[in-house]
Amino acid sequence: MSAKSRILLDPLFDNNPIALQVLGICSALAVTTKLETSIVMACAVTAVTAFSNLFVSILRNWIPSSIRIIVQLTIIASLVIVTDQILQAFVYDISKQLSVFVGLIITNCIVMGRAEAFAMQNPPGDSFLDGLGNGLGYSVVLLAVGFFRELLGSGKLLGFQVLPVVTEGGWYQPNGLMVLAPGAFFLIAFFIWALRTWKPDQVTED
Amino acid sequence: MLEHYLSLGVKAVFIENMALAFFLGMCSFLAVSKKVETALGLGAAVTFVLTLTTPLNNLFYRYMMSEGALAWVSPALADVDLGFIRFLAFIGSIAAAVQVVEMALDRFVPKLYAALGVFLPLIAVNCAILGGSLFMVERDYTLGESTVFGFGSGLGFWLAIVALAAIREKMRYSNVPPALRGLGITFIVTGLMAIGFMAFAGIQL
Repeated sequence: MSAKSRILLDPLFDNNPIALQVLGICSALAVTTKLETSIVMACAVTAVTAFSNLFVSILRNWIPSSIRIIVQLTIIASLVIVTDQILQAFVYDISKQLSVFVGLIITNCIVMGRAEAFAMQNPPGDSFLDGLGNGLGYSVVLLAVGFFRELLGSGKLLGFQVLPVVTEGGWYQPNGLMVLAPGAFFLIAFFIWALRTWKPDQVTED
Repeated sequence: MLEHYLSLGVKAVFIENMALAFFLGMCSFLAVSKKVETALGLGAAVTFVLTLTTPLNNLFYRYMMSEGALAWVSPALADVDLGFIRFLAFIGSIAAAVQVVEMALDRFVPKLYAALGVFLPLIAVNCAILGGSLFMVERDYTLGESTVFGFGSGLGFWLAIVALAAIREKMRYSNVPPALRGLGITFIVTGLMAIGFMAFAGIQL
């Protein structure tokens, strides 16, 4: 694999921001009750991560290190404002459902963490790819969790009834736990369990 | 009136627990819950900053950013709506508040400052803090309500993180499947705690 595609693809499974780096979990759990919101959130976070990495990287030689956090926060917050306005303009309903979690992308540790750990040391092109890759790594988990929560929780996918539920004469008994908070915790735990069984070198002690 | 505040506080601590029901502040919740002692420090810092910034941002929002809020400056600004800029304003005021708190603690209560250590600056990017302010806007709390809400949410986070740290300390002696060690089992424990907290749902004062 060439260096560029490594930067892009590494965060998908080998160095996943959620499963291995423990970053950005807050929103991964809160918005995944439905697949639709998960997709919109995944796009928003990927865009913000990629562009914040790009801009921080372009400015990296001009940012004094003592105030770099606040500069990064300002860049990220501006991007999130743009994202929020776009979401409100084009997908208003979903933007309402995401409520405060669009704003919370600002404090999503993935965005901040990549800006600090990668974009401050690397040229803009690589940083953009790194941001895109980490955004996609986040999206993989988000979509997987959203898929199972909507499917098992209400028997639907993207709003379409896939498994006919008992209340409407079908056979599927919806698992209410999946829609609630604990279900998300369990699903992420299973995702990490599966990933680390597949790639045992990611196992950590204690 | 008092009852209303009390019920809001109880709701913020138990029913709508920041960490377990809204998944806010999860990153530090999982990363800093290996020892009870550090968890206590982080919880204290979060509670302190939340109690301070939620009402502070409430004032900012009410008098500068919500629709028509600038009318007190001049009638010409009565239909200005700066609501979209609140993300930037909130994160700025939180970062500034954290900085001031840090300096004040360093000067007047060095003991507490040493105990909180590295957690204090980290709090500026804790989602629970910004989440508190954003929920305050969304639910349209008054100044008094947002103070109670900020304090209650902080207390709830404190409670949850100390409880998780205590469980994780005990768990060191148990035999967890290798692939679940660390993050995986912590998620499962947190999920079980969330089920526990759901038992509080529906409590009304």
